[in-house]
Amino acid sequence: MRRLLLALALVAAPVLADSDLPPAPLADTQLPDPKQEAQAQALMETIRCLVCQGQSIADSNAELAGDMRAMVRQRIAAGEKPAAIRAWLVRRYGSWVTYDPPLDRVTWVLWAAPILFLTVGLFVARSSFRRRRA
Amino acid sequence: MTGYAKWAPLVAFILLGSALTYGLAKPDTTNISSKMVGASVPSFTLPPALPGLPGLSSSDLATGQPHLLNIFASWCVPCAVEAPQLKAIAQAGVPVVGIAIRDRPDALGRFLARNGNAFGAIGADDASQVQMAMGSSGVPESFVIDGKGRILSQVIGPINPQDVAGLVAAVRAAR
Repeated sequence: MRRLLLALALVAAPVLADSDLPPAPLADTQLPDPKQEAQAQALMETIRCLVCQGQSIADSNAELAGDMRAMVRQRIAAGEKPAAIRAWLVRRYGSWVTYDPPLDRVTWVLWAAPILFLTVGLFVARSSFRRRRA
Repeated sequence: MTGYAKWAPLVAFILLGSALTYGLAKPDTTNISSKMVGASVPSFTLPPALPGLPGLSSSDLATGQPHLLNIFASWCVPCAVEAPQLKAIAQAGVPVVGIAIRDRPDALGRFLARNGNAFGAIGADDASQVQMAMGSSGVPESFVIDGKGRILSQVIGPINPQDVAGLVAAVRAAR
């Protein structure tokens, strides 16, 4: 019984934290122009949800994610470039909010690491081949 | 491989292992702080959230007087918990203004009747657009805003009784 109550409480808690307003008009409605919708969709898949932090706003059911999708679609429909919308969000929430991190002082290691490891590997291979020959 | 060198891989493994274990064990902070702290309040105009109380626009926050801007909602339980603290801050002479996220006038009216109203103005943000513009990611959150409309600091989560004196001092110092 206790376990059942606990399980019910776990299920019920998120419901309490939701408003009773319907989703924003463009949260779950595609844009009429398929090219714009594709742009919006591609952007939404690389923007992190602020509530369910691990999901993109395209995947998340959180209300704030719905409002973020609506914002993205509105701006795309108004002719704004996806890069500008991403920059607008990064300005507010930091690079944390994008799944396509910009190359900067902190993230350069991500791009440099493969080259670094390849170089180290080449040196290791070369020295071990040389030893065998000797 | 002689002497100490042969222990190097083991040492590297232990170091990596402890770093990863530490990363897993340490409590995860899920707070996302706004990068707008230090910048001016983005320009916005919000309609009144309920009849009888004015709405809120960014120009109301640049009148020479510092404000405490509270982002809240009637459907948010921690917002009800922090209501007495907001009341105390307002009674100390600090202008408190609100942005109600995805709210209905009737629900908001009931919320204020039950928990007390500390707000001089409440704007209705029905699609969280101003919340996003402020770099806020949830309710409740509060921002200390100086007389020129610059964001000085952000409080994520409910204001607790022990935070009241510090916040009142922070808004006073923002003059």
